[in-house]
Amino acid sequence: MAAPRRRPTLARREARWGVLFLAPWLVGFLVFYAGPMVASLWLSFTDYDIVNPPRFVGLDNYRQMLADPMVARSLRNTVYYTVLHVPLTMAISLGLALLLNRVGRLSGFFRTVFYLPVMTPAVAVGILFLLLLNTQDGLVNGFLGWFGIDGPSWTTDPAWVMPGIVLMSLWSLGSTVVIYLAALQNVPRELHEAATVDGAGSWQRFRSVTLPMISGALFFTLIVNTIAALQMFTEVYTMFFGNQSTQQRFDADASTFYVIYLFQQAFQFLHMGFASALAWLLFLVILVITVVQLRLSKRWVYYESEES
Amino acid sequence: MARVRSVAVLAAVTLAVAGCGGVGGNDDSGGGGAAGKGAISTLGFSLPDEIATTRVETFKKAHPDIPVTITEGAFDEQQFLSAVASGNPPDLVYLNRKLIGTYAKQGSILPLDDCVAKQGIDMAQYRPAAKDEVTLDGKVYGIPEFYSVRVVYMNEAILREAGLTPDDVDLSDWAGLAALNAKLAKVEGGKLTRIGIDPKIPEFLPMWAKANGADLLAADGRTANLADPKVAEALRTGLSLIEDQGGWGAFKAFRDTFDFFGAQSPLAKNQIAVWPMEDWFLNVAGRETPDAELVVRPFVDRAGQPLTFASGSAWVVPKGAKNPDAACTFAKTMTATDTWYAAAKARADKRAADRTPFTGLYTGNVEADKRIFAELYRPSGNKRFDDAVATILSVQDKGFSLPASPAGAEFDKAWYDAVNRALSGGGDGSADLARGQREASAALNRAAG
Repeated sequence: MAAPRRRPTLARREARWGVLFLAPWLVGFLVFYAGPMVASLWLSFTDYDIVNPPRFVGLDNYRQMLADPMVARSLRNTVYYTVLHVPLTMAISLGLALLLNRVGRLSGFFRTVFYLPVMTPAVAVGILFLLLLNTQDGLVNGFLGWFGIDGPSWTTDPAWVMPGIVLMSLWSLGSTVVIYLAALQNVPRELHEAATVDGAGSWQRFRSVTLPMISGALFFTLIVNTIAALQMFTEVYTMFFGNQSTQQRFDADASTFYVIYLFQQAFQFLHMGFASALAWLLFLVILVITVVQLRLSKRWVYYESEES
Repeated sequence: MARVRSVAVLAAVTLAVAGCGGVGGNDDSGGGGAAGKGAISTLGFSLPDEIATTRVETFKKAHPDIPVTITEGAFDEQQFLSAVASGNPPDLVYLNRKLIGTYAKQGSILPLDDCVAKQGIDMAQYRPAAKDEVTLDGKVYGIPEFYSVRVVYMNEAILREAGLTPDDVDLSDWAGLAALNAKLAKVEGGKLTRIGIDPKIPEFLPMWAKANGADLLAADGRTANLADPKVAEALRTGLSLIEDQGGWGAFKAFRDTFDFFGAQSPLAKNQIAVWPMEDWFLNVAGRETPDAELVVRPFVDRAGQPLTFASGSAWVVPKGAKNPDAACTFAKTMTATDTWYAAAKARADKRAADRTPFTGLYTGNVEADKRIFAELYRPSGNKRFDDAVATILSVQDKGFSLPASPAGAEFDKAWYDAVNRALSGGGDGSADLARGQREASAALNRAAG
């Protein structure tokens, strides 16, 4: 007599369904991410111009990266931008979210208003800010002029190019605002009430209740915004490199982001092997920064599922 | 991340294709044979006006056995390279001639010498400066199309206000430029409100250098010459003109507000007095501001001899094109004297119907231009514009171009970056040119190796 067939446990069945639902993503990941990543790793050891077969050159591309001053410069520009952009985006977004959280019935309207700029195509944002940041007739310097401030040359003075780009980047912080707002609305009211009963003021409640309770959201946006900042491309490319005339009229040293340099090497100069090596360096930089952030997060991020 | 990914995706696709026998594993010969057959497609070309549509129609009538698909839009290097890499390129690509050297060296476009020989394309009909740009190591890689030259535009109203006449504007006298500029430029309340002389650098540095007897790139397209003291002197001249008008930040900010395409152009608004610019602006000015007090003169070297920096587009046949012979037939027809003439006639008729002046058509084909101006062009009666047309015509054979180079794109970036660094950083630019020379030489050496 055959042994009765054991019915799969609930956990196993759930796991099967989980894998099934994940399958499209897994296939997409393998075909469109993992495969090309392996290919680009191989290409980073070759001299390759798309048309002719790759020629193995060992570590030449990596050696060239060390010798090329624009690699270091573009990386420095990108890190500089990230260091300015990420904390500013998080701080301003949190401020706006706190305000929106108090608005009440009109919250939906304002949430939409703050999110709308995110819908603006990145190319349009680049062109728009090229006009807004015009030294002589731009609205930004016009605004500063009301306060008697002689605005800087945002697009031509190498010292002010990056702050101008950071200013532009703040246009699209709607996504971060929405995430913070959702997190704020999930903070249990009774915690605030308990803190109030204990005599906590608004600042103490913010520091000791609100911030810990939304630390998960803060951490998520820190990671996501950092990665996006390190890969900044479209808006800056549109502003300073988008067509022949813009590319020819700006100081490339101050505005060349790492991915822009990578793109130039790949598609303008046809150095696909070198560009692949650049891509891998960026991948490693992002990986290291993300791992460090993950490690540090254990000290300040609170998840409700964790036992306190 | 999208761009990073795109490199990887493209790489993977290309590897897959390479594994299947290589991109364009078919015949690599450069298109030849008599008039080709079969359907063809183009990339980088559009049909915005009668000059384009008339010529395409002329081809269709002459070669009904060659169906043409025009994929409209500007040339996109990613699109082009992806198409070549995937082994499915268009049969023809329309691009800026200065890109040809890089693609020729790479092998993504085919030499057309066989096509030229077999289809009897008369290369002598094209202007020498245009031929230089499409020829690398003695091989022809493109069939030249338009031919754009640079001339000096002046606003006589501003000159008069400064007590000057057009004859007082002598761009051969570099020592006198600062004084002339000071009379023409205007600064109000600390803001630049009128440019006196715009040297148009970085883009026109090759013309200023040539005027001083120096070429940025040797004729073989392989030797950079950015550290030449004559180039440095040309750059210093441009830099000092800009410095005298408030420096690069203020100068560029003011210039960025200009709209040269409309009725509110800086010419109409008296915002600029003297500036070198491409010939197309005359067409716009004739249409939008016919009453402007415009005077056009040739750009001159330091001996006062006319010269002009020429550029334009060309047709090339990518590696792996399915019908290179038919593609060659198309390029030949599109740039033939009769075809250009038909297109110019269509424009002249349209302008006559619109009651606006026909200011001619400037092509890379010498014979076509001769016929168009002899048979179709009629002076408009507006002396300023008629004289301007005569000036532009007079410099057509004074043109030079940067020769095709196997590292053309990188060479361009090197000298543009050098000038931009000088503009942004102050100083006389010699250190920036020295760095540009190092970068350009490294790129050219890599391309040669």
